Amino acid sequence: MVDFGFSLSPSSRIDLDEFDRKTFDRLLALEPDAKKCMECGSCSAVCTASRYTETSVRRALHALRNGCGAQAVEELKGCQFCGKCTMVCPRGINTRHLILSILKIYGAL
Amino acid sequence: MTKLHVAVFLQTAGASEVIDRVPASFSPFVLPFVIGISFFLCWITVGLIRVLYAIPASDRRKLAISLVNPKIAWKNIRDLFCDCLFHVKIWQRKPLLGYMHSSIAFGWFMLIVLGHIEVALFVPWHLSFSKGSLYYPIFYRYFIWTDPAHVTLRGSFFFFLMDFFLLYVLTGIALAVFKRFRSIVLGMRHTTKPSLADRLALYSLWLIFPLRLLAESFTADLSGGSFLTVPVNHLWHLLFGEKLYFMPVWWAYSICLGVFFAAMPFSRYMHILTEVLWILFRNAGLQPSHPRKGVAEAEIYACSSCGLCLDACPMNVQKKNLKYSSVYFIRRLRRHNERKINLIADKCLMCDKCHVLCPVGVDAPALRRAQRKTVKNALTYDYSYLSALSAPGSSVSSAENAPETETSGRGCSVPSALGSSVSFAENAPETEIFGRGGAVSSDVPRVLYFAGCMTHLTPRILRSVEELFRKAGVDWQFMDREGGICCGRPLMLAGRTDAAAELVAANKRMIEASGCDTLVLSCPICYKIFKEDYALSGIRVLHHTQFIKELVDAGRLVLSKGTDSVVYHDPCELGRGCGVYAEPRAVLSQIADLKKPSQDGDESVCCGGSLGSLTLNANDREWITSGSVKILLKASDGSPLHPDALVTACPLCLKTFNEAAPVPVKDFAEIVLEHSA
Repeated sequence: MVDFGFSLSPSSRIDLDEFDRKTFDRLLALEPDAKKCMECGSCSAVCTASRYTETSVRRALHALRNGCGAQAVEELKGCQFCGKCTMVCPRGINTRHLILSILKIYGAL
Repeated sequence: MTKLHVAVFLQTAGASEVIDRVPASFSPFVLPFVIGISFFLCWITVGLIRVLYAIPASDRRKLAISLVNPKIAWKNIRDLFCDCLFHVKIWQRKPLLGYMHSSIAFGWFMLIVLGHIEVALFVPWHLSFSKGSLYYPIFYRYFIWTDPAHVTLRGSFFFFLMDFFLLYVLTGIALAVFKRFRSIVLGMRHTTKPSLADRLALYSLWLIFPLRLLAESFTADLSGGSFLTVPVNHLWHLLFGEKLYFMPVWWAYSICLGVFFAAMPFSRYMHILTEVLWILFRNAGLQPSHPRKGVAEAEIYACSSCGLCLDACPMNVQKKNLKYSSVYFIRRLRRHNERKINLIADKCLMCDKCHVLCPVGVDAPALRRAQRKTVKNALTYDYSYLSALSAPGSSVSSAENAPETETSGRGCSVPSALGSSVSFAENAPETEIFGRGGAVSSDVPRVLYFAGCMTHLTPRILRSVEELFRKAGVDWQFMDREGGICCGRPLMLAGRTDAAAELVAANKRMIEASGCDTLVLSCPICYKIFKEDYALSGIRVLHHTQFIKELVDAGRLVLSKGTDSVVYHDPCELGRGCGVYAEPRAVLSQIADLKKPSQDGDESVCCGGSLGSLTLNANDREWITSGSVKILLKASDGSPLHPDALVTACPLCLKTFNEAAPVPVKDFAEIVLEHSA
């Protein structure tokens, strides 16, 4: 095999064993539209809180899909709940309820 | 009648026109009623003590003071008569429905009061408990004998009144029965689905008054009667002959009353008495702190389950959402059905229309917020970054303090997802959260403008406001040109009040440091919380519709009247929330032909974009929006209005309607700018 000199960086590797399907299903039961997200980042672009702190619905959902619940909560802790992300979401996801549900389920873990 | 009876009343005759026909002043038929009313009286006494015990001591003091305060006491009396007896609020909106409710409430009240007055006037010794004061006035016509030859004017006057009010109640009952089958005739599209206890109480209530007529007419030749009972009595004689067996009807009447009072605490009819308590609480200014206990309990039981909130609720354009209406929310609260309570509490748009239209002023949205608070207030948050925010003119800049350098400049341009690529903060210094605009005459601006999150999503509003300020020569400063922080109202609506308090404190610090004397807001959501919860001393808080009207009135903005016709939509938070109805209309009528849609003012319908709802999905919201657009584009007689534009004063409404309305949707500031010289 030709060695191109590339390798996976350990930090971005996804450990599927850590992905807690049951907890994620609980989230989907509360907010089924979470599946619709295509991670376009509109939510993060308009985010009021992201101007001051690390806050991004897109990154939070991305983290959840990679099995990183704690990181998702971290991403949403600064959320001011203003609702701009819901207004701009091209997929019509109720991001506010998604945020509440993530904080409720993963915040309690 | 036995010979003994005749002998007894002949002995006492002569002294008065009314004589005890039944010497023992008791008959077994009163027992069902006595049992029912005794149970009911015990129940409400315990309930009243429980409620008063559950409210905080400070609220109890407030209540006591309110009862002796002449102004509030007068309001109490007025509200008790207008709301409980005459149902003025229903009369104003739906006269036939108002007649139905007031005839039953006021008619029954008068029957009870007049019954007691009759007893007090003619047989006063029966007002003592041992002589049957509990039931005697109710079954007065059974227990007395009136000499037909000696009826005085006073006696016949009371007979007339009693018959009159009985007829009055009976017409109301007839309407109520009719309403069960065809409610739309009385102005209600949807009516509440009664529960089992409701049905039991409802059917016994329907029967009480016809049975009363039956019972009193059967004995009318003994007790006396007037225009209603006497002719009916003749009819019975015609049908059944000389001797009438009146005991069965009196038993039936008593059983119906007993069943009604026994079922009352578990049915919607509990409102008849709890309404009184709720009105006293409401006028004393008590607020429920818990969704179920204390003040809330009185409020929940004051709900008459009339279902006026069903037609009011904007969600009910879809029949599947009927179950989320306030009336069912309150029913679930009464039953402690936790799971469903939360489901319903989270759905509501918080448009407050059910509260405004409620005949007893039950603030269901506040109860829903209290319910949300019990669940959502525990959610984690971290706003430590807010402490780094700078005040205007201060050397510390927010962008520098932001943890990430990549975030700087994020708030400057509107994302392309909005279809707008305008950068409205190009010239603003990047390091300050406050941007200065307009004619700067001194260091301290008089007017501070806070656009708010939503206005930044609809930059045409803030550009119009900026331009209007420039034209009027306002000395102003832009508080969040590059994007500030949220006002806290969305968190408040979600029940996360602790988190909201941090945002409120941060904004308040910045506003007070600015030294302004007027704060102007474009978003009614911000306006409501800034006005009600910020307690900004010495600073006037105005929505831009109010501020622009002031500029127009002062002659600083010159407007020209156009030929276009417009329909104005009252945003929930601005209209019902803050009572701003007149100002936008006053200005709009100067610049365009203002048409009145089928529902406006305090009956205005939510656009569907409200931040109040936590769980309503995009599809359901679209239903609400299209329903709302239909209401706005037709007149109250149903004819289409064909306006040239739909005008609103809320960025959220603007954005929501923009996607659904067939006509251009404009903000108030935008259309004023178009017509300004």
